[in-house]
Amino acid sequence: MVDRRFNVLPGFGLTMGYTLLYLGLIVLLPVAGLFLRLAGVSFEEFWRMATTERAVAAYRLTFGASFVAATINAVFGTVVAWVLVRYHFPGKRFFDALVDFPFALPTAVAGLTLSNLYAETGWLGRFLVPLGIHGAFTSLGVVIALTFIGLPFVVRTLQPVLEHFDHEVEEAAATLGAGRLRTFVSIIGPTLLPTIITGFALAFARAIGEYGSVIFIAGNKPYESEIAPLLIVIRLEEYDYTGAIAIAVVLLFISFGLLVVINLLERWASRYEN
Amino acid sequence: MAGEGIQESRLVRWGLIAVAGTFLGLFLLLPLVNVFVQAFAEGWSGYLEALRQPDTLAAIRLTLTVAAIVVPLNVVFGVAAAWAVAKFEFRGKPLLITLIDLPFSISPVVAGLVFMVLFGTQGYFGEWLLERDIKILFALPGIALATLFVTFPFVARELIPVMQATGSEQEQAALTLGANGWQTFWRVTLPSVKWGLLYGIILCNARAMGEFGAVSVVSGHITGLTDTMPLRVEKLYQEYDATGAFAVASLLALLALLTLGFKTCLEWQQQRAYERAQRAVKSADAPSS
Amino acid sequence: MSIELKDISKHFGAVTAVNQVSFSVEDGELMALLGPSGGGKTTVLRMIAGLEVPSSGDIYVRGQRVNDVSVQQRNIGFVFQNYALFKNMSVFKNVAFGLRIKKWKRRDVRDRVEELLALFGLEDLGPRYPHQLSGGQRQRVAIARALATKPSVLLLDEPFGAVDAKIRQELREWLVTLHHELNVTTIFVTHDQEEAMEVSNRIVIFSRGNLEQIGTPRQVYEEPANEFVARFIGVINVLELEVRQGVARLNELEFPAHGVPEGQRLRIGFRPYAVQISSNLQLYRYRATLRHTFFLGVMLRVELELPSGLTIRARMTKEEYAHLGLEDGAYVSFQIRQYRILAKEGMPLAPETASTQDAIVYGEGI
Repeated sequence: MVDRRFNVLPGFGLTMGYTLLYLGLIVLLPVAGLFLRLAGVSFEEFWRMATTERAVAAYRLTFGASFVAATINAVFGTVVAWVLVRYHFPGKRFFDALVDFPFALPTAVAGLTLSNLYAETGWLGRFLVPLGIHGAFTSLGVVIALTFIGLPFVVRTLQPVLEHFDHEVEEAAATLGAGRLRTFVSIIGPTLLPTIITGFALAFARAIGEYGSVIFIAGNKPYESEIAPLLIVIRLEEYDYTGAIAIAVVLLFISFGLLVVINLLERWASRYEN
Repeated sequence: MAGEGIQESRLVRWGLIAVAGTFLGLFLLLPLVNVFVQAFAEGWSGYLEALRQPDTLAAIRLTLTVAAIVVPLNVVFGVAAAWAVAKFEFRGKPLLITLIDLPFSISPVVAGLVFMVLFGTQGYFGEWLLERDIKILFALPGIALATLFVTFPFVARELIPVMQATGSEQEQAALTLGANGWQTFWRVTLPSVKWGLLYGIILCNARAMGEFGAVSVVSGHITGLTDTMPLRVEKLYQEYDATGAFAVASLLALLALLTLGFKTCLEWQQQRAYERAQRAVKSADAPSS
Repeated sequence: MSIELKDISKHFGAVTAVNQVSFSVEDGELMALLGPSGGGKTTVLRMIAGLEVPSSGDIYVRGQRVNDVSVQQRNIGFVFQNYALFKNMSVFKNVAFGLRIKKWKRRDVRDRVEELLALFGLEDLGPRYPHQLSGGQRQRVAIARALATKPSVLLLDEPFGAVDAKIRQELREWLVTLHHELNVTTIFVTHDQEEAMEVSNRIVIFSRGNLEQIGTPRQVYEEPANEFVARFIGVINVLELEVRQGVARLNELEFPAHGVPEGQRLRIGFRPYAVQISSNLQLYRYRATLRHTFFLGVMLRVELELPSGLTIRARMTKEEYAHLGLEDGAYVSFQIRQYRILAKEGMPLAPETASTQDAIVYGEGI
């Protein structure tokens, strides 16, 4: 399996064997078990369980809110990455470090504090609720939580690309007479776009599976503010394992599909490289 | 540094900074500050009292126990996987890396479900376990397994790029100098990747202590027995004990801040080391007349 | 006069990148800015382009002060070291970019781009993307793009730095031909003295932000203004001597130094070609052993070791070498036909501060 002529280092058999064993036991076998449970179920039966009216409403909310949240992050994440890489301002290092906060903060805590902020008595809710904007216990709350969860992805994907962006290219555009806006629209924008879309897809994929933060802030009303992962939990509590698995499999396929899309995007992003 | 016409105007610059600052302030800073303000809404004594509830103390103990089981196991795996992936060439390597990353792209709820399907009453081993009175679900083993699953990639993922970047030449040099495999690993490989390893451990630990979705599915929510800290937050919240919920949440938020602080220190230190090296190279290159 | 720089300085924080530099470039000239890295030459080029703003001093183009003219308005063509082609645009669109900004008519854009692509031998490459081109092709696209809007001056930053040695020679000749055909005022930056000597009409030499000398390739080689220039351009022997009774001495070597005060220390330089060698030990004043011979193609360089252990370098053609019947270890006589006093004690010996007036003293044959 490994070519000895090119490597004299020891330990390949041991580490590889352990890696495969552990991966198999902790991840692969359990996941395989999930699919195996569906073996006895006909496709029609699976489809019926995966597409009940309540499930479809849940998918619609999950994907819709994830899409909106990822879009918000694509727009503002690009501005944040640009500002952090290009400009100097007081507190820059603090904000840069803060961007990773959603990665580090347990999702339950995120959900708790966000629902408190947007509730009628919260710091933001007391201004927003009188305006008719209910951030907590509605589907808008789902968008807020998912925006928080996905915030680092676009920023952190875009930052290294912006840092390594060849400054000479912008200068070349300037020597040819292009102003800043023109340079951004015809050169910087098109170059960054694939990376922004990659960040978007990562945030989107993360949002689809999110559970902890959302159940705190969404009202979790069926057909209205109930996300797909929550429906899995509800099916389990009803001892309807197959129903839970059906919805889980739909989510898994979408996640894997997104993984493929992200890989293709990364290849597309590097199409102008050697 | 650059001349006119190759930078945005002052107005645009500060406008963009304001937009970014508002966005980060609203979505990151405000929620963070809110955690601590709410936790201390009833003052220090109220805060301490909330934390001293026996069920909350039990949740803290359980969370620490789970982390103590999960983190070492994933560290051993992460180091082994990184060694195999980074130091050797073999067929199917991209597939292996994708499989290691798999838990990242699976919803935590699905991760919990997977173990329900294995060990639940209707699961593959459900009856067998019931007959022998072995408790996996709604007990520590199930919580540990679910947490293992979701934190599985962290250490490996931090270590692989670091080990790849350092290459194999140092190890080969150590071997030519007569070191055996273990000596090479302990004295050459480990010191050169220690910061990446430490960072992976910190991240793995933060996620292990903070995991909610997967644990929520397998824990059974038995107050005082199978509630971890995040689950305790939920329960207190549902019982309308805001101070209690935020007090526990503040501990988890503190953990997140420590994790971030450590990460930032590490990055600054590496950047300084890089800049020092750059300066050294530059002064060595300068024409000596 | 096409471009004039007057007392230009540029500071980056506490670092002085360019210090009080003045020179002018005539219409149609092909000028090289030469110096070691960190010498300030690229900063000068960028200030001419408007990519950097001078800290003090003025820049004139055709008599107009351009300090406050933005880079977009200066109408210069700039070729970047790594070409800075727009990766997301085809070759055609790259070349057309400046014309589109200037709002040329569609037809005119196409005609102009096709004209340039033909001129540069890139006819078939219009639809290609930069990553599909070779290094030499990329450079030609970059130059075509810079020339598209008919700029008043073409600026090139290390134009041959990014291609390998084999193509470099080809590109040098091509640039000279191109300049000859288009006759556009051209300034290029290089750290390679050979490149500057071969390509340019005139050379401006920089070191640590200071202008050391301006002149034709021949002038800077034969009449270096100071020790830095002498050492930077070509190979030179430099000796440090002390004056005793009107004669500067180092071991057995002596140079006349009339009127120089007793005990003064001097630095003297002479080119290897100024050393004349004979196998006839009676012909010249000094004796030496031929230690090493280096073959450089048509020319040879030899190292001579004097009885005192002092080593100097000399140069001759292959024919001369054969004619004299030389070989390593041979005992020869030699003389130094021509030398220059590069620096005197009392003025700093550091090359970048040696001033022009003091250094010009020609020696006669001894």
